[in-house]
Amino acid sequence: MIATSAAANPFFMNLDQIFVLLRNWLVGFLPVALRPAAGVVLAVIAIVCVFPGLFALTTVFERKGLGRIQNRLGPNRVGPFGFFQPIADGIKSLTKEDIVPFSANAVVHFLAPLVLVVTVFMGFAVLPMGRNMVLVDMDSGLLFFFAMGAATELSVFMAGWSSRNKYSVLGAMRAVAQMISYEVVLLLSSVAVVMITGSLSLPRIVEAQNQYSGIFPHWYIFTPWGLAAFLMYAIAATAETNRSPFDLPEGESELVAGYHTEYSGFKFALFFLGEYLAMFSISGLGATLFLGGWSAPFSFLQFVPSWIWFFGKVMLSIFVFIWMRGTLPRLRQDQLMNFAWKFVLPFTLLNLLVTALWRFMGEGWQRWVVCTIILAAAYIVMGRLGMSGRHIGRRSYRYAE
Amino acid sequence: MLGDGILKGMAETARNFFGSYISKERLTTVEYPEHRIPTAENARVFPFLVYDGADGEAGLRCVACQICEKECPPKCIYIDKSTDKKPDYVGKPQFYPARFDIDISVCMSCQICVEVCPFEAIKMDTQFELATTDRFGGLLYDRKELARSNEYYHSIHPTEATEVDARLAEEKAKVEARAKAAAEAAAAKAAAASAAPPAKTEGGS
Repeated sequence: MIATSAAANPFFMNLDQIFVLLRNWLVGFLPVALRPAAGVVLAVIAIVCVFPGLFALTTVFERKGLGRIQNRLGPNRVGPFGFFQPIADGIKSLTKEDIVPFSANAVVHFLAPLVLVVTVFMGFAVLPMGRNMVLVDMDSGLLFFFAMGAATELSVFMAGWSSRNKYSVLGAMRAVAQMISYEVVLLLSSVAVVMITGSLSLPRIVEAQNQYSGIFPHWYIFTPWGLAAFLMYAIAATAETNRSPFDLPEGESELVAGYHTEYSGFKFALFFLGEYLAMFSISGLGATLFLGGWSAPFSFLQFVPSWIWFFGKVMLSIFVFIWMRGTLPRLRQDQLMNFAWKFVLPFTLLNLLVTALWRFMGEGWQRWVVCTIILAAAYIVMGRLGMSGRHIGRRSYRYAE
Repeated sequence: MLGDGILKGMAETARNFFGSYISKERLTTVEYPEHRIPTAENARVFPFLVYDGADGEAGLRCVACQICEKECPPKCIYIDKSTDKKPDYVGKPQFYPARFDIDISVCMSCQICVEVCPFEAIKMDTQFELATTDRFGGLLYDRKELARSNEYYHSIHPTEATEVDARLAEEKAKVEARAKAAAEAAAAKAAAASAAPPAKTEGGS
């Protein structure tokens, strides 16, 4: 795969594989029988350390970024430019009282944040974070990822139901309705990639995109069906992670805090962590499926270590998440459902057809034109018809007034 | 087309995001404890007592008339009138407050005491950083804590203080003129009396 002379340089090759080499070196101290298990444990430790670290960084960047979007300064008191803010937040959440409501189902209430964080962490197991950097190279990695992603809904409902609080239950019901609606879209938009690649294995999907025509990569986002699938995936991912503008489950203005209303202290921090980790993992999957995973955006940039590209793409997606949060107001529940079932889902289904067309039209410019026209026309027509909605005038009352 | 509004909004927020790093005018935040905006001239927080001259005890304008105490809606002022008198700014002997307490935890900053005071003795302060660890004694201000010099009054409400000074000076001048006239009249009377009485006494006897 490595084409240019710079990339063939042993220094850059070692830098690219530095974490793999480090793991092998550490494992080398152990007896042979223990090595595979120790390697996995080391990788798990790395994942469990790196992503919460990124979470801490993201919270402060998010608050500063949102501040700047609103022409404020954002946090700037703790440490230089406020970068130690997450430490202060962590100490605060650790030392706060852990309140469990008297009538709550204590066991489920306790388990809900754990289930969330554990299932979200499981998703990272199949994400290729660099060349040869995947914890489990599963043949059906994508399926595993979605299975774990679906389990987060369970934890949300556990939290909402076990709190025995009307706001929690309402938030949880909203969350489940929203997550299930968009889960369908998330899956179907990923199916397009599977149709082209012919594999559910995420490392294989990255390999398929890690080719270059001239200097440009064969990322799926640069094809008509890939772009459409990516947009739908991005919308569904935003809804899946309960991010603004789809943050109805925790709509502060009407539901206090949604399903985690009754959580305080470190359990609340775990929910917070789980949400951000879900953002990372879903961004990572989006990058893997459509943005070429760990592959470089230009062939001459291949000497840069692959893990830098992966994390760069993830952080870019996070930046877009924050940007959207700073821009868009929250949707109403009916708008959310209409959008999912009347626009996003039909468009994704159509995109599956277009992908099939792309697959069977063979190489050549014709498939580019045909697929682009179909998708663009569908986007415009469905946007006009499906989303225009009835313009409801002023309400007239029969007896009042 | 579907989504163009979102793109427009994203462009706007991006302009804000980058603009806030470039132009300082966008950032309206004042980082309070280090930087602060000067308080407005008409700001008012809690009342204080004005004194003239250097001595906060002797120069107090308050004559313990107790109007403010009576008018205060939440009754946060407590005054004990003195038994002796001391001269005020025109030299007239007046009572003074032996005790003047304002409970600022009760005060509602209505400024009624300032409006009813005929002696320009009580005015509104602009000092707002009054946090204390003692919520009873710490918030009950006595005569000494309330006393502020006329110069301080000038520094916080310059326009108002100048007007007040002019009014007081005018009054003082009037009183002095009256005193002078009275003194002249008395002197004339005395002169006339010293000239006339002998004849009168003579005539009377």
